[in-house]
Amino acid sequence: MKRVYINSMASISSQKTFENTEFLDTIIEYSEPVIFAHDPDYKQYIAPAAARRMAKGIKMGVVASKIAMDEAKIETVDAIITGTGMGCMIDSEKFVSAIIDNNEQYLTPTSFIQSTHNTVAGQIALGMECKAYNFTYVHSAISFESALLDAKMQLENDEAKNILVGGVEELGEHTTKVHKAINHIKPTSVSLSEMLKSNTQGAVFSEGANFFVVSNEKLQNCYAELIAVETFNTLQKEKVSETIESFLQQNNVQLADIDLVVLGNNGDVDFDGFYNQLSDAIFKNTQQVYYKHLVGENNTVSAFGVWLASKMLKTQTIPEIVKINDTNLSEIKTILCYNQYRGQNHSFVLLKKC
Amino acid sequence: MNKGVAITGMGIISAIGNNVAENYDALINEKKGITRVDNIETIQRDEIMVGEIKHINAELIAQLNLPPENNYSRTAMLGVIAAKEAINSAHITNIKKYKTGIVSGTSVGGMDMTEKYYYEYLTEKEPQKYIESHHAGDSTQKIAEQLGIEESLVTTISTACSSAANAIMLGARLIKSGKLDRVVVGGADCLSKFTINGFKTLMILSDTYNTPFDENRKGLNLGEAAAYLVLESDKVVKAENKKVLAYVKGYGNANDAFHQTASSENGDGATLAMEKALKVANLKPSDIDYINVHGTATGNNDLSEGRAILRIFGNEMPEFSSTKAYTGHTLAAAGAIEAVYSILALQHNVIFPNLNFKTPMKEFSMIPQTKLKKKELKTVLSNSLGFGGNCSTVIFSKEA
Repeated sequence: MKRVYINSMASISSQKTFENTEFLDTIIEYSEPVIFAHDPDYKQYIAPAAARRMAKGIKMGVVASKIAMDEAKIETVDAIITGTGMGCMIDSEKFVSAIIDNNEQYLTPTSFIQSTHNTVAGQIALGMECKAYNFTYVHSAISFESALLDAKMQLENDEAKNILVGGVEELGEHTTKVHKAINHIKPTSVSLSEMLKSNTQGAVFSEGANFFVVSNEKLQNCYAELIAVETFNTLQKEKVSETIESFLQQNNVQLADIDLVVLGNNGDVDFDGFYNQLSDAIFKNTQQVYYKHLVGENNTVSAFGVWLASKMLKTQTIPEIVKINDTNLSEIKTILCYNQYRGQNHSFVLLKKC
Repeated sequence: MNKGVAITGMGIISAIGNNVAENYDALINEKKGITRVDNIETIQRDEIMVGEIKHINAELIAQLNLPPENNYSRTAMLGVIAAKEAINSAHITNIKKYKTGIVSGTSVGGMDMTEKYYYEYLTEKEPQKYIESHHAGDSTQKIAEQLGIEESLVTTISTACSSAANAIMLGARLIKSGKLDRVVVGGADCLSKFTINGFKTLMILSDTYNTPFDENRKGLNLGEAAAYLVLESDKVVKAENKKVLAYVKGYGNANDAFHQTASSENGDGATLAMEKALKVANLKPSDIDYINVHGTATGNNDLSEGRAILRIFGNEMPEFSSTKAYTGHTLAAAGAIEAVYSILALQHNVIFPNLNFKTPMKEFSMIPQTKLKKKELKTVLSNSLGFGGNCSTVIFSKEA
C-alpha cells in the first residue's frame, strides 16, 4: 500500500487564510452569531462574467481549488472529490422561494441547475477540463472526511496519483433564519474569544472552502502524511475515549504518541462535553487546540481543522490563538483531529509530520 | 483485483411495485407505472406524466410503524422500506455480527418537506421538526437507525442522476479494501415540486409516456423510488454460507467536463466510464450480454449515450434497453433501481423490453430490445449519467 501525503492546500474562511504564506498572523474579530468568509479577490481567479453567475459556494470552491492546484504546481488531477453538507443553499433557496412565491410560474432554470450538490465539483472539472473521477459527498459533518477517505483508498491502491479533495459550505439567508428558529445558532452576539465560555445553546454559523491536493508521492513542500480517516454515524459520549484508543491501535499509534489534538469545540453548551471529557482525561497532558472560535461552525469546517493541523506540522508552530492549554511542545510529529456535530457524525483524522 | 464483490440481498420500491417480486412481475408483463401526479399539488399536473408510488405519506408512516412525532421525509421512508427488504433478502438477522455500513445516494433529500413548510418553519412550531430532515444525509442516517447500524461508516453521495451507481461503486471499493465486511448501497429520491419545476424549466419533461431511444422522444418522466443492495465480503459469504445473487464485477466513473446540465455530443464522459468499468472487470466489450442504458428519453441524453455506446461496442452491440419507460427517471435512485433490474435479468436470463419505442433515431441505427427476450446472460452493463457531467457505469455478473 502506498503512503498518502497532503502536498498542497488552500483555505477560504472567516479569517485571512487564503494566502499560504501567512498562518493566522492577524486575526479578524467577530461578534455576530453568523459570520461570512473573508473573501479573496475572486476576479483574480475567475472571469467576471463567469463569476457573476456563480453563487458564493461555487466561487469559494473554484478559487480554493485553484490556489491548491497552483501550490502543488500541477495542471490536472486523477480525481476531484468534494464534500458539502448543505450543498448550494443560495440557489436552492432562490428556486424554492420562486416556486412558492409565484405559484410555480415564471421560473427560470439557472438557480435549479446550480442548486444540485455536485455543482462545485462539476464546475471545478469544467474549469480544469478534467474528465477524471468526480464525486460529491453530502453527509452532514462527515462530508469532507468521506471525500478524504475515498481519496485515501484510491491513492493507497495506486488507482490515482494526485487527487483534489475539498469541503465547501455557503450560508443561505433563509436557512440561517430557520436554524435560528430552532436554536442551532447562538441566540445573541458572542465575541469569538468568549465562544467556549458562552454557556448558550447553538453554534456560530459560518461558510468557507478548504481544498487539498493529496498524492501518493511526497512533494518537497509536503504538509503532512495522512495516516488514517474514520467516521462514525453514532457514538455515545462515554464511548469516545475507548473508540479513539482502538482507532489509534489499529493504526499502530499509541495514545502517548499523540503530540497534539485538534478539537471541534464550538461553544454549544449541549455538545462541547464530547470534547471536554477528552481534555480532562485522555488528552489532559496533550497539547489541545481548537479553531471554531476563529472560523465558526459549518458542515465541512472540520476540513479547516485538517488545514490547521497540516499547517502546524509543516511550520512546527502553534498560533497562540488556537491553544486551549500550553504544554511547551518542542516537536509536533503526530496530530489527531476529532470532530462531531450535535452528537452525531463523528470523525477522526490522524496526521503525521512528513 | 478483478474479482467481483458479492451481492447477497436487494430491495426496491418504485412506481411498478413495492418489492422485488412486484417489480419483476411488472417488468415481464410490460406494466408501466407512468400516470398523472396525484400526491403532489402542482399546476403542472396536466402537462406532465410521472412514475409515482401511489402510497401517501400517512400510509408509509403506518407501514413503518413510525411514531406521530417522527420527522421522516418521503425520501427517508422510501429508503427504509427498500433497505429493509434488502436486509431481509440477504437473510441478515444480526446486523452487528459483522462490520456493516451504508452508502446511499440522494438528490432530493428532504426537499419535499422543505418546500411544503418553507415559510412556516419561521413561525410554526409543529413543522419545525422537519428542518433537520432537509439535508441530504438525513435519510441515510434514518435508514442506518432503522437497520440498527451504529458506530459505523454511514455516508451519502449526491452526484445527481448517477448518485446510486456511485454508491454501489464506493461500496464495492470499501469491501475490496477491507474497510467494511458488509455494506448496504443504493439510493432514494421522492418526487417534489422542486424537481418537477426544475426539469420543467429545462424543458425536458415529456407531456406523455417517455419513449427512450425513439426519434420522436419528447423528454423524460420524473419518477420516485428507492433501491438497495447488500454487498458482502468473501469472508462473510463463506462463513455464513451465503447465496450470492450476482457480483459487482466492474465500475467506472468519469466526468464529461462539457456543460453543467447537458451531455457532450459524442458522450466522452460515458465512453470513459464504460471503458474504465470494462477494465476493472477485465472484460472485453464482446463479453457484455446486455446493456441497461440510462436512456432517459431526452433528446440530449439518448443521442450522447447512444454515440458513447457505439464508440465502445461498434459492431458487437449486445441487446440494450432502457427501463425508464416503466419507472420514469428516478434521479439519484436510478442507478440502484437499474442495478436491481440488472440482477433480475441475470437471475432469470431475460432482457426487459424498452417500451414505447417506434422509430429509430436518424443519427444512428441503434434499435433497442422492444420485446421481452430470453437469453443466457453472464454480464450486464448499466449506465447512469447526470448533471454536473457525472457519468458512471457498473457491470454486474453471474460469476465472481
